[in-house]
Amino acid sequence: MSFGGLYNYWIVILLMMTGFYVVIASGNLVKKIIGLNLFQASVFILYISVGKVAGGSAPVLQDGFEPYSNPLPHVLILTAIVVGVATTALGLALVVRIREAYDSVEEDEIHDQDESL
Amino acid sequence: MLIEFVNIAILALLAVTALAAIRLHDLFAVAMMFGIYSLLASVMFVVLDAIDVAFTEAAVGVGISTVLMLGTIGLVGRHEQKPAHRPLLPILVVTITGAALVYGTLDMPLFMDPAAPAQQHVAPYYLNESPEQIGIPNVVTSILASYRGYDTLGELAVIFTAGIGVLGILGLRRRKRPGHEGTSE
Repeated sequence: MSFGGLYNYWIVILLMMTGFYVVIASGNLVKKIIGLNLFQASVFILYISVGKVAGGSAPVLQDGFEPYSNPLPHVLILTAIVVGVATTALGLALVVRIREAYDSVEEDEIHDQDESL
Repeated sequence: MLIEFVNIAILALLAVTALAAIRLHDLFAVAMMFGIYSLLASVMFVVLDAIDVAFTEAAVGVGISTVLMLGTIGLVGRHEQKPAHRPLLPILVVTITGAALVYGTLDMPLFMDPAAPAQQHVAPYYLNESPEQIGIPNVVTSILASYRGYDTLGELAVIFTAGIGVLGILGLRRRKRPGHEGTSE
């Protein structure tokens, strides 16, 4: 049981790393941003996992439902979800702008065009 | 325990979806995979007692993010070029980073441990005092709108800034276009 209780974190780390892999291995800018979102959603799961208490219920106060899970990570992640969407929107707007300037969203082609200037 | 089996099943589905997103080269399919991933994540949040996070993720992560991605794919094209070289370096970097993170978790308190430091610090204060001080049954709402109200205000500032940024990148330039045909940057 020494490491048995950590499996949740390990699978979440695997999910984070798939997102990270998409960000660094993919040449397409839209796919990079989708990878960033995958990474971000995995971090949310990590934080919510930390707040879970064995036998706990959702932190809505009602007699007979103690113990409650930790509400603080929930609040932090609520903020993070909304901020994440704002950054995604900004990133995708930049991708659209890059597409108009370079007529491509592939990293290699954009790099070649910059080199040939 | 039942919750652990449900947990592992959802995590396995999440892993399959994320790996499918890596392998697919049609961006429309990748965006759909991301939508499924977010939806599974929000199911996971319900299992882990974070109901407020679950419906926010279902609305914002599944809804708005996916729509933004689909809109972008509609503007830039839906097919990704196949990578020209084998992704050995990214695999190496990802493996090393993952191993370092797993090493970092070895010191962490066990999953669902009620004695973990995260459960002992301010959380009991919020759970015990918020009925008296705020008077709302949902503690998440009490913290979001009152104890951590400045965080939420900062969040609004971030959204406002991002909105201005998107308008600056996309919106204002469109208006100039008829008068400045062929202007280079």
